Amino acid sequence: MTIQQSLNSFRTGPDETGHFGNFGGRFVAETLMPLILDLEKAYAEAKADPAFEAELKSFHTHYVGRPSPLYFAKRLTEHVGGAKIYLKRDELNHTGAHKINNVLGQILLARRMGKTRIIAETGAGQHGVATATACARFGLKCVVYMGAVDVERQKPNVFRMKMLGAEIVPVVSGSKTLKDAMNEALRDWVTNVHDTFYCIGTSAGPHPYPMMVRDFQSIIGKEAREQMLEREGRLPDSLVACIGGGSNAIGLFHPFLDDKSVEIYGVEAAGHGVASGMHAASLNGGKPGVLHGNRTYLLMDGDGQIAEAHSISAGLDYPGIGPEHAWLHDTGRVTYLSTTDNEALDAFQLLSKLEGIIPALEPAHAIARAVEIAAKKPKDHLMIVNLCGRGDKDIFSVAEHLGGMA
Amino acid sequence: MTTRIDTRFAALKKEGRAALVTFYMGGDPDPETSLKVIKALPKAGADLIEIGMAFTDPMADGPTIQAAGLRALSKGITLEKTLHLVREFRKDDNETPIILMGYFNPIFIYGVEKFLADAKSSGVDGLIVVDCPPEEDDELCKPALKAGLNFIRLATPTTDEKRLPKVLQNTSGFVYYVSIAGITGAARPDPQKVAASVARIKAHTTLPVTVGFGVRTAADAAEIAKTADGVVVGSALVEAVRQSLHADGRPTELTMGAVTSIVEDIAKGVRSVKK
Repeated sequence: MTIQQSLNSFRTGPDETGHFGNFGGRFVAETLMPLILDLEKAYAEAKADPAFEAELKSFHTHYVGRPSPLYFAKRLTEHVGGAKIYLKRDELNHTGAHKINNVLGQILLARRMGKTRIIAETGAGQHGVATATACARFGLKCVVYMGAVDVERQKPNVFRMKMLGAEIVPVVSGSKTLKDAMNEALRDWVTNVHDTFYCIGTSAGPHPYPMMVRDFQSIIGKEAREQMLEREGRLPDSLVACIGGGSNAIGLFHPFLDDKSVEIYGVEAAGHGVASGMHAASLNGGKPGVLHGNRTYLLMDGDGQIAEAHSISAGLDYPGIGPEHAWLHDTGRVTYLSTTDNEALDAFQLLSKLEGIIPALEPAHAIARAVEIAAKKPKDHLMIVNLCGRGDKDIFSVAEHLGGMA
Repeated sequence: MTTRIDTRFAALKKEGRAALVTFYMGGDPDPETSLKVIKALPKAGADLIEIGMAFTDPMADGPTIQAAGLRALSKGITLEKTLHLVREFRKDDNETPIILMGYFNPIFIYGVEKFLADAKSSGVDGLIVVDCPPEEDDELCKPALKAGLNFIRLATPTTDEKRLPKVLQNTSGFVYYVSIAGITGAARPDPQKVAASVARIKAHTTLPVTVGFGVRTAADAAEIAKTADGVVVGSALVEAVRQSLHADGRPTELTMGAVTSIVEDIAKGVRSVKK
């Protein structure tokens, strides 16, 4: 790869205009432009302020329960008979997923900026729950946009958000899923510019969101790195994480991007199979375009109309991907694979039965490919899989797919 | 470079009145009907025409224009067919300025250079691309200016004094002042605030300033025409069309009249103000 050879570091992006190579940028309506410039400035100031970091760290320790364990999955490793598989257990975080890492960062920032009303989009509901949780903790008004289709298939999370005091707005425009929830949140933001902070849940959207979300999620990779050095005395040989927008993955990957010995795998949702057209694999089945404020790989038709994504996992059901992943894909630093609905269901059951850990359907996609890669590796190969969410929210929909067998 | 837009605004200034700018979604409710509507607009009183380029994910548009775009897409509209509408319109009218309005992705996928060449040769005069702010000028704005098209920028209530020069820098044709912080077809603008904002923009530019978002009636239009060089009406037209359709989305015999009567009415409002 010529691009890869010419780069001294994969960790310096984005540039000052928010670009990772050709990806990223700030493709938003003029109404929002002054807001994202303000946000960029406020974030730069917060990042440079030790008090901000100290406050965030304190909440990580006492509220979220960080660091999350790096767990050696002994029975899964024995079952596979190859690489040693470690699980980075972000599913043990308060609220049950990695989403809270980012939300706390953004909410603390919103408070610094004097914003009193928080809006968010959510797919599976994990980001919505995390946002509703942080808003409850800080006494902020919270409005969550959620596709009407997702409201139906993620009822437990809808109830959780309501319990936490959030207002849930079911989105009935377009395909009624995550991308439409994001459109609606942007429309809200355009309308309520003065008091509202848009807490984006993934490493996508206009600059500075992809960078900011990545920074807040990088706690995953920083911890995993230290934990692996402590446990095994060396760096891991490979990393595996699932990708919707890609926030858990970039959080794990980013601290390792310049460690050339570390193989990195992102796993997209292949739905019924990439060839079927019914999938959410933007890198493996899409092409570069512009949506939701950034240039990245998107699912679309020949006229540039955005296609509906399909995945059994509502959290991966998005027709785009974070711009940094698009760039890591094009430079070849990260290898992007995909997992079908059925493979994810198998992995969901495998991990539940072998390790007593019910994963969310999202990381079940990562487990499916991790098991396959691990089988081909020697026994001293060290692999980390990001277990970014727990499966409680999915048990009913999985039961439905398994025909009541579960 | 003088475009039809420049010529039209100069003529209206001489005439001593503001322009009526009408927005209509290309391909709504189907390509043939939308061509008929667009052809009927100048006679009904439209001075400039904005044609919407349908997009699945119009993040700055309210429910009315979102729905119009989806109706058009369901009847097979594409960017290429939208350009075809302009070519057909130009067969009978070589004077009314045409501005294409929409979002960047369909243009990016069509190919920026090819799109600009095809738009120019089809008779398009200007572009409004909502998600291309000055920060992304290299993407479309500068190539469009080079290709001889006007690039019309939106200024909004959040565009402060400091930012205004940046927004105006590569703008040509006219400035489109979005009268409310919000989506198309939402709240009504406050005439006093609009007047102050128009004055503020005019202090920075000699370009005509038009005002849109939330204008629904002849009275709204007349109020805005007092201070602005043009009044943009969109959602009100699109909504009139929707109400005229059959339940299955086909046009009825009322569809054409629904559009022309509202345009005629608002045109009266605009023309009632002498400047």
